[in-house]
Order: sequence, then C-alpha cells, then structure tokens
Amino acid sequence: MRVRFILLTIALSLCCAAYLSIGARGDWGFVLSFRAQKLAALLLVGFSLSWATVVFQTITGNRILTPSIMGFDALYLLLLSALVWSIGAQAYQALSAQVLMTASAALLCGAALILFKTVLRAGRGNLMQMILTGVVLSVLFRSLTAYFQRVIDPNEYAVVQAASFARFSNVDTSLLLLAAVLSLGAGLAVWRIRHRLDVTSLGPVLSASLGEPPRRVQWQVLILISVLVSISTALVGPVAFFGLLVTSLTYLVTPSCRHSEILPTAALIAGIILVGGQTLMERVLDLSTPLSVVVEFIGGLIFLFLLLRSLR
Amino acid sequence: MAKWLCLIALAFLASASLFVGVIDLRQVAPDEVWPLIRDSRFPRTVATLLTGASLAIAGQIMQQIARNRFVEPMTSGTGQSAALGILMTAVFFPTAPIGIKMGLASGAALAGSVLFFAIIRRLPPTQPLLVPLVGLIYGGIVGAGVTYVAYQADMLQFIEIWMNGEFSGTLRGRYELLWLAGLAAALTYLVADQFSIIGLGEVVSLNLGLNYRQVVMLGLVMISVVAGLTVVTVGMIPFVGLVVPNLVSLLAGDNLRRTLPITAMAGAGLVLAADLAGRLVIYPFEMPVGTVIGIVGAVAFLWLLYGGSRLAR
Amino acid sequence: MIDIQDVTYKIAGQPILQDVSLQLDKGGIIALIGPNGAGKSTLLSLVARLLPLQTGTIRVDDLQIGQTVDTVLAKKLGILPQELTVASRLTIRDLVGFGRYPYHKGRPSADDHDRVDTALHLFDLSDLAERQLETLSGGQRQRAFVAMAYVQDTDYLLLDEPLNNLDIAASRALMTLLRDLTAGRKRTVVIVLHDINYAAAYADRIIALKAGRVVADGAPDAVVTAALLRDVFETPANVTTVARRQVVLV
Repeated sequence: MRVRFILLTIALSLCCAAYLSIGARGDWGFVLSFRAQKLAALLLVGFSLSWATVVFQTITGNRILTPSIMGFDALYLLLLSALVWSIGAQAYQALSAQVLMTASAALLCGAALILFKTVLRAGRGNLMQMILTGVVLSVLFRSLTAYFQRVIDPNEYAVVQAASFARFSNVDTSLLLLAAVLSLGAGLAVWRIRHRLDVTSLGPVLSASLGEPPRRVQWQVLILISVLVSISTALVGPVAFFGLLVTSLTYLVTPSCRHSEILPTAALIAGIILVGGQTLMERVLDLSTPLSVVVEFIGGLIFLFLLLRSLR
Repeated sequence: MAKWLCLIALAFLASASLFVGVIDLRQVAPDEVWPLIRDSRFPRTVATLLTGASLAIAGQIMQQIARNRFVEPMTSGTGQSAALGILMTAVFFPTAPIGIKMGLASGAALAGSVLFFAIIRRLPPTQPLLVPLVGLIYGGIVGAGVTYVAYQADMLQFIEIWMNGEFSGTLRGRYELLWLAGLAAALTYLVADQFSIIGLGEVVSLNLGLNYRQVVMLGLVMISVVAGLTVVTVGMIPFVGLVVPNLVSLLAGDNLRRTLPITAMAGAGLVLAADLAGRLVIYPFEMPVGTVIGIVGAVAFLWLLYGGSRLAR
Repeated sequence: MIDIQDVTYKIAGQPILQDVSLQLDKGGIIALIGPNGAGKSTLLSLVARLLPLQTGTIRVDDLQIGQTVDTVLAKKLGILPQELTVASRLTIRDLVGFGRYPYHKGRPSADDHDRVDTALHLFDLSDLAERQLETLSGGQRQRAFVAMAYVQDTDYLLLDEPLNNLDIAASRALMTLLRDLTAGRKRTVVIVLHDINYAAAYADRIIALKAGRVVADGAPDAVVTAALLRDVFETPANVTTVARRQVVLV
C-alpha cells in the first residue's frame, strides 16, 4: 500500500512540475505565480470532486452513482442563477463572488437534503430508476438554469459564469482562498468519519448491526458533499463523469475497503488526471479542446461499461 | 371526437402564432402585413407544426422498435449523431450542396441509431429502464465527440444552435426542408399496422409473416431523416417524442393506425404551444423552445417514471 | 431476555403484526416459522431496529429499542443480513475484523486482532483469510459472516432465513455452528426458518406466526404436529417421529 502511495505522489509531483514549467517563457516569477494559482485551483477541484464522489458512493452503496450524475452540480448552477434572478441583476453586480458562492452552497445543502433524501427513498433498491431520475433531473436543472439566464439578461449569454462545459484551463482564481478553506474544512470532517464510512459501506443491515445505521451518517455526508460539489462547480463548472472516472480507477488500484486508503488515493488520482491531462492537452499537444470534453467522453464509456457489467 | 378537439385547438394555436411577435400587426402599414406574414410568421408557424408532428411520430416509431416507452431520437443519440454528421460535412465538404449535406447528416443519424439498437438488443428485458439510461449516456458520449470536433474546427457557435432548438431564425427559404421530415413522418401512416405488430416483438412479427428486419430498417431510416432535418433547421428539441406518444397511448391505446394522427397533432400542438410560451414569457425577447420543452418535458418524464408508470409500462 | 410487548406494525394500513407479545429467554436457538407473509421477518427487523417501532415496546435485557444509543446496542445484539453480498471489496479478514468495530471504533487494538485470529481459526477460515469475499462459495461466505457475528460478541444474534441458497451440506454445517455458539446457554440465536424440519432438528424453541399473530409456541415436539401444518400452513402433511425427532413428510 505504501509503495503505491509513494508512486502516486511522485507521479502527481511530476505532473505539477510539468504543468508549472513546460512552455514557460519570459518572466519566470510572474509565470510561476500565475500558473501556481491555477494549479492550486485544479488540485482543489480534484480533491473536492474525488472525495465527494467516494463518499456519495459509500452512502448509496454502489459504484455507479456519483453526485454529478445525480445532478448536484446542475442544481448548484440552477440555485446560483435563481439567486441572481431573485435579487436582480443590479444587486448582483454589487455582491462579491465569494458571497454568491457561499449563499449558493448553503442553498445547495438544503435543496440537496430535501431532494436527494426523497429520491434515495423513492428509488430504494431500484438503481436504474434512481440513475434515470438523476439524469432527467440534471436535464431539468440545466433547462431551468438556461431559462433563468435568459430572463436575467436576454441579450447577454452569460451574466452568471456558467458555461455548459467545465473550463479547467480558465479557472476562477478569485474564489481560491474561500474555496480552499471550505474544502479543507469539509475534507477534515470527512476524514474524521472515515471509520464510520468503512462500516457504512458494508450495507444497511450490517452497519446497523455494528451500531452505525446509515441514516445517521447520511445527513452529515449529504451536507459535506454539497459543500465539496459547490466548490468545484464554482471553480470550473459542471463535470459529469469526472468523479466516476476517478473512483473507477481508484477502486482498480486499491484493493482495500478502508476509506483511510481510498480517500487519499482518489485525491491523488484526481490530481494526476486533471493536472497531467491539462498539461498534455494544453502544453504538449496544443489542442484547443478542453480536457473536460475528453474526460466526459472516456467517463461516459466507463459509465456504460460499469452499467452493463453490473447486470451480470 | 378527440380528433376534432385537437384540430380546433391546433387551429387556434396556429392563428395565435401568426399574430404574436415583436412587431404588432395592427401598427404595420397595410401593404407590409402580407410580406411579414409570408416571410416570417407563416414559415415559423408551419415549421413548429412540422417539427412537432414529425418528432412525435419519430418517437412513437422508435418506441415501437425498441419496445420500450422511455426512448426517443433526441435523447438516445440519433439527434447527436445527426449533429456529428453535419459537423463532419461542414468540416470536410464545406462546399457540398445542401441536399448532399442533408443526406450525410441523415446517414450519420442512421448509423448512430443502428449502433444504439445493436447495444440495447443485448440488454436484458428484465431491466426496462436500462434502455433509456443507456440512450441518454450514449447520446452524451456522441455529444462529447461533437463538442470535440467543434472545438478543433473552431465551430462552437454552430453547436449552440444545433443543441438547443429555436425557431426565432425561421424565415421563408430557410425552413422548407422540414416539409421532407413531415413527409417522412406521414409515410409511416401507410405502414402503421406493420409498426403496431413489430411492437409486439420479433417472434410475433415473424409468426404473422412480417419481414421484421425490413420494417425495423424502414422505421430507423424515417427516424434518422426526421432527426437529421430537424437538427439542421431548428436544432434539437428533447422529450417531444417521448412525452407525446406516452400521453396519447394512455388516452387512446396503442393501435397506431388510429393513434398516429392524434400523436402527430398533439406533438404539433405541444411544440407550437411551447414556442408561443417562449415568445411571450419575456416578451419582447424570446426563450428558445428547447429550453421550454426541456423543463416541461423533464417534469412530464419524471411523472411518467413515478406516478404514471403503472399506466405507461 | 428479549421482551416484546404488544407490538403492532402496519404498512399502508395493512396490519403485518398484531399485538405480538413474546418473552425470548436467554440461551439456545429460537426459530420463527410460519407461512409467507406471516410477519416473521418484520418481527425480526423490529427487534433488530432495522424498522422503526410503531406501537408496543421491545426490550433487550435492560435496553429499550428506539431509546438506546446504537453503539451500545451493537454490543448486545447482532444481525446477519439475508443478502450476503457487500458492495465494497473485502477480504475475509477485513469482514470478520469489522465485527470488533463497536468496541474499537476503527482503531483496533492487539486484543481485537487476536480475537479475529481466534475466530478465523475456530471457524476454519484461516486459509481463506486473505481471499476476497466475492470469490467464496455461498457456504464459506455464510461462515465468514457468522464468524463476524461471533467476534462482535453479542448476547443475541438474529438471522433472517440464512439457509436460502445453501445446499444441504452448507445448511447443516451452519446450523451446527449456531448450535455450538449457543452451547452453554450463553448466547441466544433467533432465526427465521422456512424449512420446519431444520427448525425441529436444531431449535430449542419454535414460535409459529400466522397473519401477524403468534399461533404456537413451545418445544419442537409440541409445536411440529400435523395439526400445526393443517391450521397454520394449510397443507395436509403428515408428521412422524424419526430418532426421537419430529419430521414433516413432504
């Protein structure tokens, strides 16, 4: 386990070094500090999304569902747009991005609790119905977001910075400090319940038998997931299958069931995919396509594969 | 009876559509009224009617072939494949005549649908919800491919147009291809009985002496033509092909010879109403019809999935 | 003692259990039998706190279900799930080790490791300890789960139809294991069984339910009779005695 861990850490460090140095010209001090900010944002996104996904899969007891597939990030963007709409475009201009993000994240916590508690209860035992509900809810949230954006400003396409694809190359670094504080806080809370999560992953009956009924952690975990998803969505926008890609790879390389191993591994893998992938696409191959589109493509294929395999 | 009510409602909506717009017809000089209607209002109204009717019928046919009530071309990869085809044509044969472009788009849509059906044939019949789910993801993957090509070819602005249906750009001379889609949809009425029978499955079809493969292929071609033409002229409109056939089947059953005309009218009515609503909700600006139907359709889908599922299955 | 008082449970207005009162004394195997839909599993789930109580009370020794902290109850009462698949990939040692969780909360001591080793040895799982759970046969997996319940070291163990999907050898091996666990009257096993012959062969006490009510309760030879089969299961089967044990002729 230790060897795997060290290897992953080295790989991530190499990716980071490559990201910072390749193609840097001119004033190194300026380039480095500029790129370091983006790098920090990418690492934060990887951390938040990978942990949110791992924890979500643990409390729902399967390895296909992710917060993004269930529409968490679409819901975040919807709440953000609805918020801007309700306070009006002028008042919105006066608010800082930090306030907006915190308010939307708080709203997401409440909405996610109500909505996903209902969905998880209604679809219990029927995985297909639950996933389908999530996918259709995402469509609904996206359409409503588009609706609000048109109502807010019919001429401009984006008052709210909410592109339809994630933009890893153009992260919003103004939110960096707040995002770092929030995600580390949420991460700490997740780390503290890692043993309880181990037990929860045994399924509802066994975990109840061991004195950790899933309903007790569910509330707590849904709030933490909402915070983590809010952070990553605020920084780079929605990423449908990224979490799934990360957790699939994580379970592949970690035979363990312990969250004290799964969580750090997932964060490292997420960092490698994001930073390494971004370096490759942007610096080496010089492609104009965003990494998220490629991640979406590969992640979608993995999703189909997992889904079809789950039937055997 | 139901047919007549539909027709009256449709006529009412259509005439409303002719008179709603940024320019108030009462304030226009009399000699400009006719050109305005001829060049903008009438084409737009006809385009919505044709799109709605053909999408609803395409959805109905797709559900018959898949034997699953939760699929339709725009959420199962056919629409996305069509967009991929158009994009490829625009990149590699930018000077090809429009007819060839349409042909290639519909061909790509056909290839995409054939692949989709090849995948879902292998799914177990005990998991009916898996089919729409695989369709949605499959559409997403093809969509990611479209985005990739568009990025590389620097044609992103076209994607916005194809991926979210809108009638605001519909003018005389730019919508006429939709008549072809309408024609393709109308032709299915001639073989309505065959489609009713293949909905009962391959064994029953063979037992009744039907050439199963030939009918399925005919249906797929029709779906692809409709998908290709609508994506190019107005863009993707989700859920019409899903919600309308389900509602019609709840009310009027599944005998296609009787229900296809109702399906066509209800689809036309839905798209027309959504377009009207989109034109009025933030007047004088416009809400794309794809957004309006995305909201209404997703809610209706969830209702079918939970509340109405006992009836719909 | 598990003390069940006036428990009624309804789902959508339909009564599943009606005024059930039972005292399950400490020690031995207690089998719950009855036709499909009699309420056996519901009763077990209520005791196991998998379902919330609607009316009535259930006490396990001095702990009242619904009022006791879950972690305290976890040292008193263990449940074996019907479904023996776990979503995460576990080795046998991992699984058995989780049985100690109520005591160490994720930080196992040397003593906890010792107990796991002892259990693995006792249940003849030492050779399989590092194997993944999903690679085992149904019988081996069942044994691993019982070993887990064993290290959890609870006075009461609840099992819901554990013989489903087991062949005769595995079924007999499991029942023998449970017998050994309850030897010396230290532990109590409450088990829902479909096969009356297994209940008659291994249980110390049999409780029969029908339509949410207790209709028979007592030692196997008093309960397993042709009259029971006729009245409760509504099938005219004969009962005979073989080697001083009641056997239903199927």
